[in-house]
Amino acid sequence: MIPRYQKVLFVILLVASLAMAGELWHLRQRAHQRLLAGEDSAPTQAPEVAPAEQATLLVANDADASLLAQARSLPLPADPGARARAILGSLLDLYAVSGSSHPVPGGASGIAQVFLLAVPGSKDSPDPGAQLAVVNLTGNFVAGHPSGIETETLTVLSICGTLHANLPRVTQVRFLVDGVQRATLAGHADLTRTYLAAEAVPSEGSNP
Amino acid sequence: MNGKRRLFWVLVAVCAAASVPPAVPAQAPPTPRFVVVLDAAHGGDDPGARLTSGQMEKTVTLALSVRLRSLLAARGMQVVTTRESDSTVDPNRRAEIANHANAQICLSLHATESGSGAHLYASSIAPAQPTRFTAWKTAQSAWVTSSLRLSGVLNSSLAHAGISVILGRTALPAIESMTCPAVAVEIAPERDSDNAISAQPDDVAYQARVASALAAAVVQWRTEARQP
Repeated sequence: MIPRYQKVLFVILLVASLAMAGELWHLRQRAHQRLLAGEDSAPTQAPEVAPAEQATLLVANDADASLLAQARSLPLPADPGARARAILGSLLDLYAVSGSSHPVPGGASGIAQVFLLAVPGSKDSPDPGAQLAVVNLTGNFVAGHPSGIETETLTVLSICGTLHANLPRVTQVRFLVDGVQRATLAGHADLTRTYLAAEAVPSEGSNP
Repeated sequence: MNGKRRLFWVLVAVCAAASVPPAVPAQAPPTPRFVVVLDAAHGGDDPGARLTSGQMEKTVTLALSVRLRSLLAARGMQVVTTRESDSTVDPNRRAEIANHANAQICLSLHATESGSGAHLYASSIAPAQPTRFTAWKTAQSAWVTSSLRLSGVLNSSLAHAGISVILGRTALPAIESMTCPAVAVEIAPERDSDNAISAQPDDVAYQARVASALAAAVVQWRTEARQP
């Protein structure tokens, strides 16, 4: 026979456990909402109040597998990461319009974030200010990307080349998709390796 | 007693005669075998690109692999394929098959709906001297120079067959670990002067032209390899 006080204690503890579980779930939801709100507030579009600056976009062309430098006047934020994101967004917007030389759906929203980090071990290297750009692509952009060696290679190289052309300290580029590493872009181009940005910058109109 | 001794010496003579190897007629040294690895990309759970005609890339690459295998086997080459059916093969497994074959040529076959003609891609890894121990992910580095030369031979043959060619370098997981001259061949639609599609990658006649041109290039590569 279980004493009455033990039954009461058990009920109290059970209610307390359920209440704490509910509170924990509520806090988790709030943290998730806060995270999403933080993502939304990230600059997806360059603010119009920023002064327009010249940016160089390396635009891919599927017809001859070339990367052609195009100068654009864009309002760019001062923060280097946001600046890189705005420039790459402008590049992907070019690919999303109908009749594009390198048709890829998605546009600027395909770039979730661009992180600029010091290249590991660069302090002892001849270029101590070298930076590694980590480009976080969205899953939707990758899911909609056409599959093929040529088209995927051109997308990767045009992103690397555009970053290096506008932020010369960026010497290496890595890719993530929704924050995690992914094997390939759409079945072909390797996204696990570190790309050397300078190698993507071609001579005028030549194949990469 | 004498009879036993005679029998003993007869047995010794018979054993000695049996242990002498028979005279072998002098032969010319055998011609070294010429091995080609054909890697039909994708397969099984990995369909690859969906082409405009509705065909999946994995089906087109397998059809091209089968066609090319017949052409090369008819020319006396040993052909090793990474898959013979609609099965899933890991990129590492493809490289393992190629490396075990000790091949003189490795061709990774792909198809796409973007661009035009044939796209020839060699690895973008920087060339390096062969070493005793090679990193798996960059094993192609010792072969990149040969791969670029092979790409040139394929380019000439395809251009001779009237197929437009684009040459490039890429980071393709399957070929980066191959220890042979390796080139990824991607067939795109054939387009006319107005950029209109005249043949899809799954068009039988177009595939036959591409396969013939590739076979001719492989024969050319074998001829060059056998020249002193």
